[in-house]
Amino acid sequence: MNGVSVSFDGFKAINNLSLYVKKNELRSIIGPNGAGKTTMMDIITGKTRPDEGRVIYDDMVDLISMSEAEIANLGIGRKFQKPTVFEHHSVYENLKLALEGRRKVFENLFFKLTSEDDDKIQEVLNTIALQEHYKRDAGELSHGQKQWLEIGMLLMQNPKLLLVDEPVAGMTKQESEHTAELLTSLAEKHSVVVVEHDMEFVRSLANRVTVLHQGSVLAEGDMDSVQNNQKVIEVYLGE
Amino acid sequence: MMKYKPLIFRLLENDKGGKYFIAILLLLMIVVPTCNLLIPESSVFYISTYVVTLLGKYLTYALLAISLDLVWGYLGILSLGHGAFFGLGGYAMGMYLMRQIGDRGVYGNPILPDFMVFLDYKELPWFWHGFDQFWLAMLMVFIVPGLLAFVFGWLAFRSRVTGVYLSIITQALTYALMLAFFRNDLGFGGNNGLTDFKEILGFDLQSDYTRNALFVCSAIAVALGYFICRFIVDSRLGSLITAIRDSEGRVRALGYRDEYIKLFVFVVSAMLAGVAGALYVPQVGIINPGEFSPINSIEMVIWVAMGGRGTLYGAALGAIVVNFAKTYFTAAAPEVWLFMLGGLFVVVTLFLPHGIIGAIKKISAMKSKKTKASVEAQKLNISN
Ligand SMILES: Nc1ncnc2c1ncn2[C@@H]1O[C@H](COP(=O)(O)OP(=O)(O)O)[C@@H](O)[C@H]1O
Ligand SMILES: [Mg+2]
Repeated sequence: MNGVSVSFDGFKAINNLSLYVKKNELRSIIGPNGAGKTTMMDIITGKTRPDEGRVIYDDMVDLISMSEAEIANLGIGRKFQKPTVFEHHSVYENLKLALEGRRKVFENLFFKLTSEDDDKIQEVLNTIALQEHYKRDAGELSHGQKQWLEIGMLLMQNPKLLLVDEPVAGMTKQESEHTAELLTSLAEKHSVVVVEHDMEFVRSLANRVTVLHQGSVLAEGDMDSVQNNQKVIEVYLGE
Repeated sequence: MMKYKPLIFRLLENDKGGKYFIAILLLLMIVVPTCNLLIPESSVFYISTYVVTLLGKYLTYALLAISLDLVWGYLGILSLGHGAFFGLGGYAMGMYLMRQIGDRGVYGNPILPDFMVFLDYKELPWFWHGFDQFWLAMLMVFIVPGLLAFVFGWLAFRSRVTGVYLSIITQALTYALMLAFFRNDLGFGGNNGLTDFKEILGFDLQSDYTRNALFVCSAIAVALGYFICRFIVDSRLGSLITAIRDSEGRVRALGYRDEYIKLFVFVVSAMLAGVAGALYVPQVGIINPGEFSPINSIEMVIWVAMGGRGTLYGAALGAIVVNFAKTYFTAAAPEVWLFMLGGLFVVVTLFLPHGIIGAIKKISAMKSKKTKASVEAQKLNISN
């Protein structure tokens, strides 16, 4: 992202933001409430159009003019801040809808589940520890399980870049440890951007951290250097 | 080796309500014509031609309700304008029936329908050409409502109009059509509409045989419409359709073009509604702009709510129950019908959120629980 700005009714939610994420990098974004973290993800995924700036993916693809679906199909998957799964569909069905490819209307009307598809779903069910719950409606899952299911849906899409907004909100300590492991292992094959409030969680990811404040980057570096940064301390303690 | 099963059986496999529904339709297809044509009038089992036609009309409403349930119950779009598609299908059929009259009209003009002679038309308007051909008229029954739904949906879904706003513009759509069709210069007979039909495919519309044939055709159309919708909602597309209803943003983030899916469902639904209208017209013998009136479209919503949306057969049941009540009350006490309809709507929204079908399912679930409980209790007694 380069020099991106967006305002809502005159309020600059994102202000000349520039951010670069490398391939297979795991990046954490922290920042106080209202810093613009979610809005940043909205811009990357095409949900919100920026007023200025460029968003480049894979060195050359300009995302600004693309639709949400097109961007998703480029390989950018997103977990929303509020866990967003299909509550009236079973866990299995949720994953089935997320299967890579076959996005056209008629492909879905005449869709047939192949055994590879099923294998893939089983594999992801394993990864997100929901094997036993595959028949249940997603709406019946605990908050943490829904977060995992949503991450599982991202995995089904086989994306190159995962944008994960507050994955451990509402999770027990144990669950969030599992999530940290999961995200770290994902970063071996994917680029992952994680937005999180939970400092302990971010520390456990042990990676590069970007601090966002009032819509632009305040500091960037490893967790220790960021935490000792004078500006960051001011922002966090000043609030 | 997988055992091959015809599609229809596969569709009904896990669809208990659907099995009953199709069985009832089949039964009606046999019983009604038999009781009308083969049983003497003196018998208690005799069904009059009037009733055959009335039931046929209910069936066209049932198809209309199924088409509405597809967009409302599954896709989550509350269309308050489905009367528009029904009416257009009806007009397409009406135009064919008008051209069939030929020179047997009051004015005896072999080409121009009576109302055109009366309004001093010199020649047939361009859009009436070809409607003397049954196949073309039938094509139009699909194309005209489908095209309107396509254009409307294209504009609405692409600009992300949803919820109440979308409902209001669907209502505006049918209202606009009503106003347009009321005009004499539009070329569809103004407020009198199209009527005085004589024949369909050369068969006398007044004959008992034709009436029964139309009834059977309506029943077949309902069954086919049901299977088409069931096929759609059982597919992965159907899963996506309810996913859009529940969480549109997630569907988009998965890379689906939700607007295309909505458009597909809306167009299919409009075409089914058009077919319902086309079957309705020869049975009631008239189509006029009143079919486009907003209240009609609202009534359709009540049918679906009453029967229970999101089941397809529930919508059909609702259409039949409400219209049965309507026929009865508009004859017995015409002035109370509208109040009853309003009351019905309130009762359904407050006490039957899932309609009649929902209530039946609940009761049978309670019963099976009870029997389970009593079996358990007996076991306890024995062990004691
Ligand atoms: N659609 C919107 N309309 C108006 N204001 C918005 C909208 N989206 C976000 N904002 C504002 O932009 C700011 C940044 O929000 P957000 O990106 O959600 O912050 P964060 O995720 O960092 O907590 C907030 O002040 C929020 O109120
Ligand atoms: Mg946020």
